[in-house]
Amino acid sequence: MTTTSLNRTRGAVTALVALGVTVGLAAASLAFGGFSPVEAFAALVRGAVGRPETFLSITLVRAVPLLLTGLAVALAFRAGIWNIGAEGQLYAGAVAAAAAGLALASLPALILVPTVLLASALAGLAWIAIPAWMKLRLGVGEVITTILMNFVAIELTGWLVQGPLQESRGVYNQTDRLPEAAWLPLLVPDSRLHVGFALAVLLAVAAWVTLRFTRVGFAVRVVGASEGAARSAARLPVGRITAGVFLVSGALAGLAGGVQVSGVTQAVYEGLSPGYGYTAIAVALLAGLHPLGVVVTAILFGALEGGAAAMERSVGVPNAWVSAIEALVILAVLLADRVVREVADD
Amino acid sequence: MIEVLALAAFLEAAVRLAVPLGLAAMGEAISERAGVLNLGLEGAIISGALAGALAAIATGSAWAGVAAGFAAGALVGGVFALFAVVLNTDQIITGTAVTLGGLGATAVVYQARFGMTGTELSIPVLDVLPIPGLSAIPVVGPAFFAQAPTTYLMYLLAPVLAWLLHRSRAGLELRAVGENPDAATSAGIPVRRTRFVAVTLGSALAGVAGAHLALAHAGTFTVEMSAGRGFIAIAVVVLGRWNPVGVVVASFFFGAANALQFTLQARGWDIAYQLFLALPYVLTLAALAGWIGRARAPAALALPWPRKGA
Repeated sequence: MTTTSLNRTRGAVTALVALGVTVGLAAASLAFGGFSPVEAFAALVRGAVGRPETFLSITLVRAVPLLLTGLAVALAFRAGIWNIGAEGQLYAGAVAAAAAGLALASLPALILVPTVLLASALAGLAWIAIPAWMKLRLGVGEVITTILMNFVAIELTGWLVQGPLQESRGVYNQTDRLPEAAWLPLLVPDSRLHVGFALAVLLAVAAWVTLRFTRVGFAVRVVGASEGAARSAARLPVGRITAGVFLVSGALAGLAGGVQVSGVTQAVYEGLSPGYGYTAIAVALLAGLHPLGVVVTAILFGALEGGAAAMERSVGVPNAWVSAIEALVILAVLLADRVVREVADD
Repeated sequence: MIEVLALAAFLEAAVRLAVPLGLAAMGEAISERAGVLNLGLEGAIISGALAGALAAIATGSAWAGVAAGFAAGALVGGVFALFAVVLNTDQIITGTAVTLGGLGATAVVYQARFGMTGTELSIPVLDVLPIPGLSAIPVVGPAFFAQAPTTYLMYLLAPVLAWLLHRSRAGLELRAVGENPDAATSAGIPVRRTRFVAVTLGSALAGVAGAHLALAHAGTFTVEMSAGRGFIAIAVVVLGRWNPVGVVVASFFFGAANALQFTLQARGWDIAYQLFLALPYVLTLAALAGWIGRARAPAALALPWPRKGA
């Protein structure tokens, strides 16, 4: 077996072992809480994929922000950049999208929609530029700075939606609704699935092609594997590559905010994101940081979160159970990765 | 007179809001000085809050709640350390998982025990304990010295931990492990054991912070009541320069920024309080950038050890 195919097999085995462990523990936790695991899982599956409409309008719609932020995290982690700030970049993107959509409301949809999305990507890029600059120029680690930027983004959003960007009626702490020309068109008629899903999948494919087949992608993978080797043996411009990945990662997370506003919420308010930027870490990790894998895991997590709401309604399992399951997924991946590696090394 | 009363109320709120941050951040500082960045702190705080509330209800004693908070924090820290220290998994990813898991599991346990309606819990609370003499000082006295007993625990721990960290042999070993684990190993210091103990005890303090939230601050448990304090505490550690006394001072600053929000709202001033809430984070970024002094993290912070392939 070649190294690549061995790596791929190892990644798939890791993900499967992790999934198995998680499902087992999830069933155990349900039984422990006095719920029937079979009934609960059945409700979950029904809620997520029971009918074509639920799959399109609940699971896939929820998957879109997870896919884009998951992609942002996966690309960054691949290059050895710990971007924990996807949440803040998403908020920056959401605010920029709303501001652009409202300010340029008179433009036709054909121009306005791309402008709104571009604004959100640029805002996410600008938001990560500060931690990127601090890392590359001042040598300050990005873990803490990206977390700090999350809080700044969330507080600033809170201020904007009850200050300068508050709706014209001045009642609720939210922006005005975007004009229809700024809405993302539907991908499937009579559903809630918008073209943001197609855009996100296309970007995942583009990311995979870039990583796999281009010189830039090769450079990113080398830098991620070993910065020292990239600098000395491959003579790569490590600083420029790192800066580039930082900015692309921020732009993707910002775009997640823009797509969510333009495709789903049509306005910005406090608490717009239920922690997409943090769930994205689990999404990226379960995918083995593989861009196409992120598509699969984002849909899986979309189904999990969508189905959990149905499970709460019909079986009474609290919604928050999903966060615990996401945590189990991450820990199971970490554990499975160790075990699979040990076995493979023997 | 009204101004003085408002100032006193503001200071009281600032101290009250600072205590959970200060306790959790001191714990995180110990962990980070040993080279371990524990992003699972939020999970430890919320677990401490729930364990504190449950134990206080079961025993009728708020002090039992504080002890349970300590134990729950230690348990959560132990899980984190089992992965990040013993199995040497990535600290950042592991911490994220522990936080997600803590928030989810506590919500599930709470709803399973008390129902979905979220009926207000009535729990034994930690009463305010005025310190004779000191609490009689005008304005600042009540703010600093008529608080819940956990507040005084924070005052006591700051100098004690600072002394332990900088003057004791255990503190020297802990710092060596956080700066250069390879050299520490050569000197015969057990790196993993030191880190495990530092993380577990640090997390236990975060659990006490959670118990304080439930038993002294809110007087009840609510889902996600930690409200990001675990992450804020990580910023507090930076602003406090990884030093227990500095950390407590920094937590007062964060507490004040928070308290200002309530003062401004109470007076009906239409000022953007969110800008004040954002200010401490911006200043922490500035401190990291070196614009206001130099904040330097322990050299081995968040790095895997032993290094991969070594």
